[in-house]
Amino acid sequence: MRYATNQQPAAHVLTTFRPAKLRQLFSSGFRHVLLIGLGTVMIYPLLWLVFSTFKPNEEIFTSVALLPESWVFTHWGEGWTAIRGHTFGRFFMNSMTISSLSVVGTLISSSLAAYAFARFRFPLKKVWFSILLATMMLPDQVLLIPRYIMFATFGWIDTYAPLTVPRFFGASQFFIFLITQFIRGIPYELDESSFIDGCSRMRFLWSILLPLMRPALFTAALFTFMWTWEDFMGPLVYISSVRLYPLPLALNLFVDAQASVNWGALHAMMVFSIAPIILLFFFAQRYFVEGIVTTGMKG
Amino acid sequence: MTNLRKTLQQRRRLAEVGQAYGFLSLYLIGLFAFILWPFGHSIYLAFTNYRFSPNYDYVGFTNFIRVFTDSLSLKSINVTTRYALVSVPLRLSAALLAAVVLNTGIRGIGIYRTVYYVPSLIGGGVAVAIMWRRIFGRRGLFNNFIAIFGLTGQDWIANPDTVRFMLVLLSVWQFGSSMLIFLAALKQVPKGLYESAEIDGAGSIRKFFRITVPLISPVILFNLVMNIIGAFQVFTQAAVITGGGPMNETMFMVLNIYNQAFRYGNMGYASALSWTLLVIIAGFTGISFLVSKYWVYYETSAK
Repeated sequence: MRYATNQQPAAHVLTTFRPAKLRQLFSSGFRHVLLIGLGTVMIYPLLWLVFSTFKPNEEIFTSVALLPESWVFTHWGEGWTAIRGHTFGRFFMNSMTISSLSVVGTLISSSLAAYAFARFRFPLKKVWFSILLATMMLPDQVLLIPRYIMFATFGWIDTYAPLTVPRFFGASQFFIFLITQFIRGIPYELDESSFIDGCSRMRFLWSILLPLMRPALFTAALFTFMWTWEDFMGPLVYISSVRLYPLPLALNLFVDAQASVNWGALHAMMVFSIAPIILLFFFAQRYFVEGIVTTGMKG
Repeated sequence: MTNLRKTLQQRRRLAEVGQAYGFLSLYLIGLFAFILWPFGHSIYLAFTNYRFSPNYDYVGFTNFIRVFTDSLSLKSINVTTRYALVSVPLRLSAALLAAVVLNTGIRGIGIYRTVYYVPSLIGGGVAVAIMWRRIFGRRGLFNNFIAIFGLTGQDWIANPDTVRFMLVLLSVWQFGSSMLIFLAALKQVPKGLYESAEIDGAGSIRKFFRITVPLISPVILFNLVMNIIGAFQVFTQAAVITGGGPMNETMFMVLNIYNQAFRYGNMGYASALSWTLLVIIAGFTGISFLVSKYWVYYETSAK
């Protein structure tokens, strides 16, 4: 409807005030009302959560309002030390360690494998690539138990190795695929001219291809970080010492451990654990949106 | 001379193969160690009564028979399937609807897009799961809200009749990433098609079903398959919000697998459960692709 009316001169619109125009004005306003309404409903719980960290516990249970009637600033401190023996700073650093190692491992192993798939001719290439595509869709649960048994024989239980070491060996298959497709889009002439100049393959990958691959690497890094940060099942299966807990396990312990939960303090630590992801998103929004759109990943 | 060139070329090809496998080596080690070997091992385990000790036996199809006779297992297959079949269409409808409205060239699209996307950014985590339990608990935000209108709520999470819908709602809330994919697809639809349809007197609903849906149908199929796969693997939400209850109404398959393997130590049986899950996911994916022949439109096939 919009396209038809856009082509009419403005004077025409002014002189012929047909009901259709009125309806369109309404429908545009109506769309905004609808979109704002839906957006409010969707985002309100999160805002409420943030402000609830400054409310007295009793008010959290009774109030729908965003702003506290009386401000309380002690919840953050109480939450920080709520789990005996360790602060949330510790859990934050644990999450940071697991996520960063996963990102580094993913970037190294994925770009090496992707470079081979995109730029080399070698026997069985099609076979390996088909296996990559097939195993990409394999639900992790099928591998969970045998992997646990294997990692147990390695003595890796209650360490970060099961969560991070596979990443250094191409466990993020999805990103091998993503980066392969990305390299295929980079003109091959670049390779040829570099090799004529006597550039080695490794050197070419490092100093010429890698800078060009930045968007793909950034997307891979962001999503790996985010998924690892939020992963619950992995740490739940492999980590048993509280001092090694990442944030999701610590939050879960916080809920379970106390008979009468200090909700304000818990909410504060929930916000604390979400905040890095939100910050990351706002600083790198473009890469998130492009990453989802070009690859069809779930966020 | 030509001979020399040939051997040089051959040597270069060989070097290329060597280098390629060099670059590929980390992935190949990982493929065999962390994917193919566990994959084969889990088939084997599914036919044993392995309990994390070296003494175990081959038990034939016992585990699989138990999968399809045990009442908890049947319940878990039932509730997982129902969760997937309700949450996926609802989530995709919400995503498509939001994308279509945003694609009308409305102002402030960037802000709306961000606001709608944020829930799917964080929605899969433990923090949001805890929040959900708080919102729909007896003294939660939702009940406090409807109390303004004089309504009395209940504990929506503790009620077996409503609990699964609360988890469906949590899934629908995260429609943002599917919406972004739909938005990108909608941008590719040629505007001219709508204009000529308008000249022919087509209304918005007709345009939506006759132009928009067919043209983005490959993307709908893609979203459908990805979301089905994801929905069957739901774990964190159930583990944190309900623990599978009440009355096992949210005992989703992955939660059951986790409990059997790591709580009760029935690793052989849990492997059989995980293979059942794989087959169910593959089945629904296969059905989606088979049925897609009748509704997915590829531009090349029409020519």
